[in-house]
Amino acid sequence: MPLTTAMPTQPNLPSTHWRAGMPSARKRYSYAFLDEGAKREIRRKLLKAVAIPGCQVSFGSREMPIARGWGTGGLQLTLSLIGPDDVLKVIDQGSDDSVNAVNIKKFVRNVTGVPLTTDTRVATLIQTRHRIPEEPLHANQLLVFQVPIPEPLRLVEPSERKTRRMHAEADYSRMWLYLYEDIVRFNEITVGARYPVMVNGRHLMDPSPIPRWDVARLNQSEALLLFCAGREKRIYAIPAHTDVEPLSFEDFAFRVENFHGHCCSRCGCAGSFLDEVIVDESGRRTFICSDTAYCEKMRRRGAAADAAQEENR
Amino acid sequence: MKPILQVSGLTKRYGPGCPECLRRTGALHETNQCPHCRSIIACREITFDLFPGEVLGIVGESGSGKSTVVRLLHFDDEPTQGEFRIKLNGSAGAACNPDPGRNLFALGAFERRQIRNAHMGIVYQNARMGLRLKVSAGGNIAERLLMAGWRHVGQMRQRAAELLIATEVPVLRIDEPPQHFSGGMQQRVQIAKALSTRPAVLLLDEVTTGLDVSVQARVLDLIRSLQQETGVATIVVSHDLGVIRLLTSRTIVMRHGCIVEQGLSDQILEDPQHPYTQLLVNSML
Amino acid sequence: MLRVENIQKHFISHVLNGKEVVGFRSVSFKVLPGMALGLSGPSGCGKSSILKCIYRTYLTGMGKIIYNSQTFGTVDLAVLPENEILALRRKEIGYVSQFLSVVPRQPAAEVVAAPLVEEGVSRAVALQRARGLLDRLNIGARLHAAYPATFSGGEKQRVNLSRAIIRPPRLLLLDEPTASLDAASMQVVLDLLLEIKARGTTIIAIFHDQAIMDRLMDDIYTMPVKES
Repeated sequence: MPLTTAMPTQPNLPSTHWRAGMPSARKRYSYAFLDEGAKREIRRKLLKAVAIPGCQVSFGSREMPIARGWGTGGLQLTLSLIGPDDVLKVIDQGSDDSVNAVNIKKFVRNVTGVPLTTDTRVATLIQTRHRIPEEPLHANQLLVFQVPIPEPLRLVEPSERKTRRMHAEADYSRMWLYLYEDIVRFNEITVGARYPVMVNGRHLMDPSPIPRWDVARLNQSEALLLFCAGREKRIYAIPAHTDVEPLSFEDFAFRVENFHGHCCSRCGCAGSFLDEVIVDESGRRTFICSDTAYCEKMRRRGAAADAAQEENR
Repeated sequence: MKPILQVSGLTKRYGPGCPECLRRTGALHETNQCPHCRSIIACREITFDLFPGEVLGIVGESGSGKSTVVRLLHFDDEPTQGEFRIKLNGSAGAACNPDPGRNLFALGAFERRQIRNAHMGIVYQNARMGLRLKVSAGGNIAERLLMAGWRHVGQMRQRAAELLIATEVPVLRIDEPPQHFSGGMQQRVQIAKALSTRPAVLLLDEVTTGLDVSVQARVLDLIRSLQQETGVATIVVSHDLGVIRLLTSRTIVMRHGCIVEQGLSDQILEDPQHPYTQLLVNSML
Repeated sequence: MLRVENIQKHFISHVLNGKEVVGFRSVSFKVLPGMALGLSGPSGCGKSSILKCIYRTYLTGMGKIIYNSQTFGTVDLAVLPENEILALRRKEIGYVSQFLSVVPRQPAAEVVAAPLVEEGVSRAVALQRARGLLDRLNIGARLHAAYPATFSGGEKQRVNLSRAIIRPPRLLLLDEPTASLDAASMQVVLDLLLEIKARGTTIIAIFHDQAIMDRLMDDIYTMPVKES
């Protein structure tokens, strides 16, 4: 099965279809849907975001043909950055096949014609919702995160004016206090997703709702990590090789999720982030890899190894 | 002995201001509102020194500008004019040790906050201003420690417990939010918070106003003994001459935003010079 | 040690429409180190005011109060900066009035021990010495832990005195500190004062009791009569 799908030819529509006789999406819109002005603005804001790691840069978020809160931020970044030589991968919580990921993927393909892939190693541009692919990223890749709430301090301070001031003065004691209170009450930090991180020792940043497992992998990343919240109109970035430190206390270290020795029931892999799923009506649970493409790869590799062993015998 | 804190020409105006403002307000004119542009001159040309280990009182009626002075020193508000210097004996953390020659009002917000966190503690009349009433008592103290860079939960809790013991708050209630506490206890948590980072200067703004007499007495005794133990230079703002007599060695009397008299506290109380001070002393219960 | 040059004190009461009250006029005297000077004169002639002027509880209108200080050298107490006056009060000059002026809600032993603790003596040692001194002045152990505000007039005066002399100052100002004492206590006080005087404390005092004046004082300054 080819991992990349070619651009489809002009669809052969029945003459009664409303789109019959119209040019393809590719031709009806400018390349990558957004007008050149919008793309230029977003690229400029991105440059600023990369120059000040972790700092939120506001931008004029455009109306997109999907609802706000469904990845419009990530989509705008993807469309502003993508070029004909790119290979696109879109995941939603690790899955390449969820409705959201598939629709975004198809949309981008229709307006650009770039090939799609599920293979992390092949992709040059990856848009993600709430996960980082399991396989390590490399320097020629861009990872675009969809962000629901870009302001990490929103949890402790409702006023945007005040949070901006707090960022300006690097005054993060309120966030620390929140974590302290959490420890006092529950004897551990209970923040699961959206774990606040210090970027480059200066800006407190919301890493989007990725699990702690992935928070630890933001540090010294090979790839450029880009974040965008369409509804909140904010862009921020972590350049490659930047220090990203989750907030933690000397006596309450940052911990990632622990799967207590479970491994994936499909591929047998133990070193990946696992989803716990209920498999039947009796409530029996099992664990499977959250990253479906990675799981598939491991499974095939395992099967090939088995086959090779079989042949040797 | 060199002053630890120097204030000179401190003026705060609320309102548009006009050339008439300073000429037509003040103690001589019996008002702090400019008759021309209606601006309020909350305090004007306040100049004083605070010496190490000293307790200085600022006394005056409501609206005399005494709280404004303290809040300007705590960087809660921007002054219209004036200079403010802190001189420490070099020992405190070098990073946030201000240059003794620098006017702190000219610094940026970030640096001012650093200096405030490292060297100043404040206790407000209203606990709502000094505490987060919904955050635990220990957390309130920890917040100041966190600002000063503490990152060890166990050590912070240890320090908070020590301070609560020192301020006579039951340590068992360390994890309770101060909104459940009595007024006197809230003030004591505020004091614990203010002293948590061992500041060089402590600012007390009408700390016992609104408390029962017996609670007042306990809070004042606490402040006095902690002040003696720590030797922290303190500014006490109060309209109550009893508080001034009990706590302070020197006193500034303010009226209509001006200093009308300053001297040793016992001299102010026994041999007041200015008509207003005499009225104040004679009005004592 | 101390030279008072032509000082005078007026009180202007603004509350009484600027009424002027004369405290005293043109007073001059001097005290040599280790000597005791008594101030005498009828009541209301301004004896206490002179002591308060020296201690700076009153501001002096005119004249000079030249004091030979250990800390700052020769200074004029009438115009010395306030923080230096406070330093002198802490280190050199003591003042005892006939009224107890101590912090409320503090046990008697603590009140008396406070000056020693401030000087750096350990609390336990300071308290022990304070108790010893109180015992000598016939303030029983029962009262050591009680608040002086609840004491009788005579007991209060003795606490007041103990506090001033537990760490004898260089210059001690006494304003009728024995007014409500009985003869036996008076004798103890006199002995104590003679002891600290022998150890070098200079004393300026007002006593109504002639016997004490005679036995303690080296010199008497009689107040000039106020012409009114």
